[in-house]
Amino acid sequence: MTTQETAVAVELITVVIDGFEVSVPKGTLVIRAAEKLGIQIPRFCDHPLLDPVGACRQCLVDIEINGRAFPKPQASCTIPVEPNMIVKTQLTSAVADKAQKGVMELLLGNHPLDCPVCDKGGECPLQNQAMSNGNPEARLGGVKRTFEKPINISSQVLLDRERCVLCARCTRFSEQIASDPFITLNHRGALQQVGIYENDPFKSYFSGNTIQICPVGALTGASYRFRARPFDLVSTPSACEHCASGCDMRTDVRRGKTLRRLAGDDPAVSEEWNCDKGRWAFKYITSQNRLTQPLVRNSDGELVAASWPEALAAAAAGLVGKRAGVIVGGRPTLEDAYGYAKFARIALNTNDIDFRARVTSDEEAHFLSSHVVGSTVEYRDIDRADHVLLVAFEPEEESPIVFLRLNKNFKKRGLIVTSVASKASIAMDKLKARFIKVAPGNEAQALAAIELTAKSVILVGERASESAGLLSAAHALAQKTGAKLAWIPRRAGERGALEAGAFSHLLPGGRPVSDSSARVDMAAAWGVSTLPSTPGRSASAMIEAVHSNELDALVIGGVDIADMPQSARTTEALKKAFVVSLEISHSSVTELADVVLPVAAVTEKYGSYINWEGRQRNFAAAVADSLNRSDVRILSVLADAMGQSIMLGTVTAAAREFAQLGKWEGARASHVQVQPGSPVKVSGDQAIITSWRRLLDEGSLQVGEDNLAGTRRPTIAVISPSRAQSIGVSSGDQLRISNAQGSITLAALVEDIHDDAVWLPRNSIGSTPLQTLNAVHGELVTVVKA
Amino acid sequence: MSSVDPTLNQEIMNSIVARYPRKRSAIMPLLHYVQSVAGYVTNSGIENIAEMLEIATAEVSAVATFYTQYKFNPIGEYHVGVCTNTLCAVMGGDAIFSALKEHLGIENDGVTADGKVSLEHIECNAACDYAPVVMANWEFYDNQTVESAKSLVDGARAGNPPAPTRGPNHLVTYKQASAVLAGLNDGLAGEGVQAGSPTLLGLNLARKMEGK
Amino acid sequence: MSTLTPILSAHWDDKDSFTLEGYKRHGGYKAAEKALAMDPDAVIQMVKDSGLRGRGGAGFPTGMKWGFIPQGDNKDHYLVVNADESEPGTCKDTPLLMANPHVLIEGCIIACHAIRAKHAFIYIRGEVTHVVRRVNQAIADAYAAGILGNGVDVVLHIGAGAYICGEETALLDSLEGFRGQPRLRPPFPAIAGLYAKPTVVNNVESIASVPAIIANGAEWYQAMGTEKSKGATLYSLSGHVNNPGQFEAPLGITLREILELAGGVRTGHTLKFWTPGGSSTPLFTDAHLDIPLDYEGVAAAGSMLGTKALQIFDETTCVVRAVLRWTEFYKHESCGKCTPCREGTWWLVQILRDLEAGVGTEADLEKLLDLCDNIMGRSFCALGDGATSPITSSIKYFRDEYIAHLTNGGCPFDPVQSTLFVGASK
Repeated sequence: MTTQETAVAVELITVVIDGFEVSVPKGTLVIRAAEKLGIQIPRFCDHPLLDPVGACRQCLVDIEINGRAFPKPQASCTIPVEPNMIVKTQLTSAVADKAQKGVMELLLGNHPLDCPVCDKGGECPLQNQAMSNGNPEARLGGVKRTFEKPINISSQVLLDRERCVLCARCTRFSEQIASDPFITLNHRGALQQVGIYENDPFKSYFSGNTIQICPVGALTGASYRFRARPFDLVSTPSACEHCASGCDMRTDVRRGKTLRRLAGDDPAVSEEWNCDKGRWAFKYITSQNRLTQPLVRNSDGELVAASWPEALAAAAAGLVGKRAGVIVGGRPTLEDAYGYAKFARIALNTNDIDFRARVTSDEEAHFLSSHVVGSTVEYRDIDRADHVLLVAFEPEEESPIVFLRLNKNFKKRGLIVTSVASKASIAMDKLKARFIKVAPGNEAQALAAIELTAKSVILVGERASESAGLLSAAHALAQKTGAKLAWIPRRAGERGALEAGAFSHLLPGGRPVSDSSARVDMAAAWGVSTLPSTPGRSASAMIEAVHSNELDALVIGGVDIADMPQSARTTEALKKAFVVSLEISHSSVTELADVVLPVAAVTEKYGSYINWEGRQRNFAAAVADSLNRSDVRILSVLADAMGQSIMLGTVTAAAREFAQLGKWEGARASHVQVQPGSPVKVSGDQAIITSWRRLLDEGSLQVGEDNLAGTRRPTIAVISPSRAQSIGVSSGDQLRISNAQGSITLAALVEDIHDDAVWLPRNSIGSTPLQTLNAVHGELVTVVKA
Repeated sequence: MSSVDPTLNQEIMNSIVARYPRKRSAIMPLLHYVQSVAGYVTNSGIENIAEMLEIATAEVSAVATFYTQYKFNPIGEYHVGVCTNTLCAVMGGDAIFSALKEHLGIENDGVTADGKVSLEHIECNAACDYAPVVMANWEFYDNQTVESAKSLVDGARAGNPPAPTRGPNHLVTYKQASAVLAGLNDGLAGEGVQAGSPTLLGLNLARKMEGK
Repeated sequence: MSTLTPILSAHWDDKDSFTLEGYKRHGGYKAAEKALAMDPDAVIQMVKDSGLRGRGGAGFPTGMKWGFIPQGDNKDHYLVVNADESEPGTCKDTPLLMANPHVLIEGCIIACHAIRAKHAFIYIRGEVTHVVRRVNQAIADAYAAGILGNGVDVVLHIGAGAYICGEETALLDSLEGFRGQPRLRPPFPAIAGLYAKPTVVNNVESIASVPAIIANGAEWYQAMGTEKSKGATLYSLSGHVNNPGQFEAPLGITLREILELAGGVRTGHTLKFWTPGGSSTPLFTDAHLDIPLDYEGVAAAGSMLGTKALQIFDETTCVVRAVLRWTEFYKHESCGKCTPCREGTWWLVQILRDLEAGVGTEADLEKLLDLCDNIMGRSFCALGDGATSPITSSIKYFRDEYIAHLTNGGCPFDPVQSTLFVGASK
């Protein structure tokens, strides 16, 4: 907490609960003030992150204020503390105790006796509180309410209405937190029930949270249902590997197998939520495709299993004395990234290392070096912002917890959100965002006119690199207005890789490669005489360097060729170069590699990510006895095999060494201003393509998650009404988007998009514009009715 | 993808929306309007309303299922409700309701095979001084007996139901009544009595007392 | 000597009483003219001085409610008229609106002026097609005559079958296009009501009483009634009486007096039990015939004046059957939001069905009472409380009759004897 914050006096109110005094901030609810004293008042509908509703009536207590008692017990989850308030809970008031037992009896009256087969059994608030605050004997005979047993309300969520206590946590979450009111309370009275509209399933990116906050077993997940009892699970705090939001997580393992992942609790970051991808995409770890032992390409050109010493020797032989580069991909832990960074500089004597296995630009490299590395902009800054500007960033799809935080601030205090984009989106609609509509490629020009203040926040997505001058314009806007500027990459490892120096322009801790004192500093820390002094190549440049015979070998960790621009040229380059691949599963890269070294997946290792805020997110190995090792350990033994030791035998060693280095305190890399390109002219059937990835798509970490896939948003191509009219297309008709490289045919959706633009998802079934068209943003394509 | 139901008059629906400062308020009259066209709340009606009000379909169905006057299956051209709340039940509503079930051969919430009459036991309809009360398309049939109720449904099935006791000169159909409940004026307000005799009982007594 | 004071009902016997012409013939809309010439605060003061209290059941002073609306807050204010008359036994607003909708519109104009509102909404239940026609036509005629639309707009909103929408916050949610479930209070409607704006919610009869008060003065009105229950009101007599109907009389009249006027209980029968203000008000018996029917008198005797819905049941009526049916009503109308009401009514009905059928023991009566104790005062709104009233009051007065069902192995009454047409069907 900064001194400025502590200076703001919090008004405290003192109340007496069960004879004990407690002082809590004004506005605190009685139920929470009691928690401060360790007094647990039973509750179901109450949830600290949802608006009070007072529906279940389980938390009734006796209250008097200024000596005047309420005539009847009050719901402690709806009443804020007041001066001179005396509260008597079930512990000291017979009336409150009877009221609570009476409500509990009524909740249990219609509840089925299927606890033995219920997923929630053993971690069920109803079960637990029935034991602590219920009558030991049942006295309600008669006919129980029955419903058809569980019904799918989406491919991943099942609803058992008999178990439901109608606390409305799930419907309130969907409406208040996710703004996805696709599940609602229906009917009324004793037949009131949670449900969907019959033609529209519960397709929310955040639906899993409703299962987690359900205080009974009414909502269950298709993927976890009947898999385990809670008391058989071993839980490990973890961090999410799917994006840069940085969600706190919990991973539950039974007999070495991950069975479920839950949202953790971190008020500063993800609060108590996560997205469905983070919750349900983990089968890739145990997929059939998983690499279990090293592979070496033999003299016949076949990849065959090898022992670790054989594989390491083969890799070392292919790398020693060669001109080699390193492409890390966007998903390494901070420690693994540090391993790659050190390996490149010491074992390969090069700055040819890049974590950006995607469409990038030199402008981005400069922007990251001069403005992003070492910087801190936090979720809390969104909480305090007067205005948030989104630039090349679609929060719900690309960093869903950032979306939830924006939505919270929009809903609670009317935060103004502006988005500079070519296409409107569901999230923009939810946030009632101001939409500054530009043709793809023209974003930079639009930024200059936006008015912000020093309390504003600019969130720039990684796609900004696809529009010339945009990052420069964002920087200029921040300079002019004093607004905070944050860069939000899509992948979990990118920010950490930047900090760790797995980057062509930076050594660890943000030390500029081009700064001799920074190099000296690092060389001393690493105990080497010198470090390579010229900034290295980007990932794309390395591919070209292979083609032009300037590079002989590549070390590649966690990269999908499909993510690279010019994927065909990447494939050719990988065929040509000597490739050492560190991977968890068979992939397009391992197929072409000369040596494949299997590494641990996130649940099998410990380490940390740096999220978009610049905040370190540590996690422990959930599967403790895995034989798989973190990349850094393998790089360390490979370096040994090459005779260039990097001394990073454990993750802990890497973490400690990186921490000891500290942040660079010298001059930052200088800012390089890039001018916007000239607008692309569109005529006839031409359009300018733009695209982004859907949260749920063909991403390799979602493999095998069929239930999750069932809630994907539709794969469509979006054009404007005027374009639709001019080419005679309505929503639902087939559209062909093509250029000289290829064509994609998709169903059209006529929506709010710039007239010059066509949008399509970047990595969905039947829509992979990077591979098919080698175009994702700002390039001309032809759009016709198919 | 547009969710406009071509059977629904979008102009009328927009005029209903325009009554309110916030358009979501129009959800109930719009549901009545859908019933006036389709005879019940159809899925296409729910989808059309959701699109018009810019809310989720689930939010429309959540509201629709809360209120008992919205029906989700076709009901009779003449929907007959027999009050079986305590007072009417005791005064004869129970007898009327069971007689009608037997007479029509349908159960509660049932519809006759010809689609003419549906039957429902209803709660207090604010006409207790006229008990027992039967409603047809939510028009008053006061002081009913088993016989009068039977002739009401028989007339309805034959296409010539008797006029309501306090209502227009002829019984409108369920769809027509639903349009009235959507707030559309059918011009029949001037028909029928201004009050029945129980309504005037106190006034008449007062006049007599004054006269003395 | 009892008196009747037809004020609201004064001209209901004109055939055209519901038309603008018919209303104007007796000075209609003159009170609005007078009020609009007054300072709004003076109008509020006049209504306060009249002693008018809410006629929807709770009896809250109307002028005071209006005075709660914050002034000079630069917000829209709203008047919402609760015409969702659904409490069993209650049948006053419906005939009033059918016979004279213009008096309500005039009341709306005056109330809007007083609370500085430009918009009034009339929320009328959906099961009364012809009343809807009359009110809608009256609004249209008032617009055509320039009475509405020059500063005050009135919107008719039609319900769709939900007793709970008579609860003012549920009504507001329903009017906003949500499920009609009660809202958490505070904030109260006076601060954040319709669309979160300051809102007055009044019953039809309350608003309809205002024009006469403005026209005749507060003193005239408060001269009627009793010390704390001023003015006159509509008493609705129904059930086993020779002449059921509406009686407009000063507050404080007794049931004995009204029964005398109405020609007594059904000839040949005797009064057994009755409700003073609808089914949610605890039952009375023949011991309560002389209780003054005002807010204080009825409360002192252990019930509530409510909506002055006097449902009369004679000795042919089985109280267990009557109470079961009301309980089934509450189960049907429970909105489902809170546990005690939603789940409690589910079990109350089952226990009462058993008792009516003679199944069970006296211990089930205690269970029933204990369940009522766990519902009463534990529910989110008054619906749950109301559900327990007939049960607890009937067991208080007729415990023996419950037990008789058990010893008799079923209901000892012949339901035919209670019907209106008992003679005819014999």
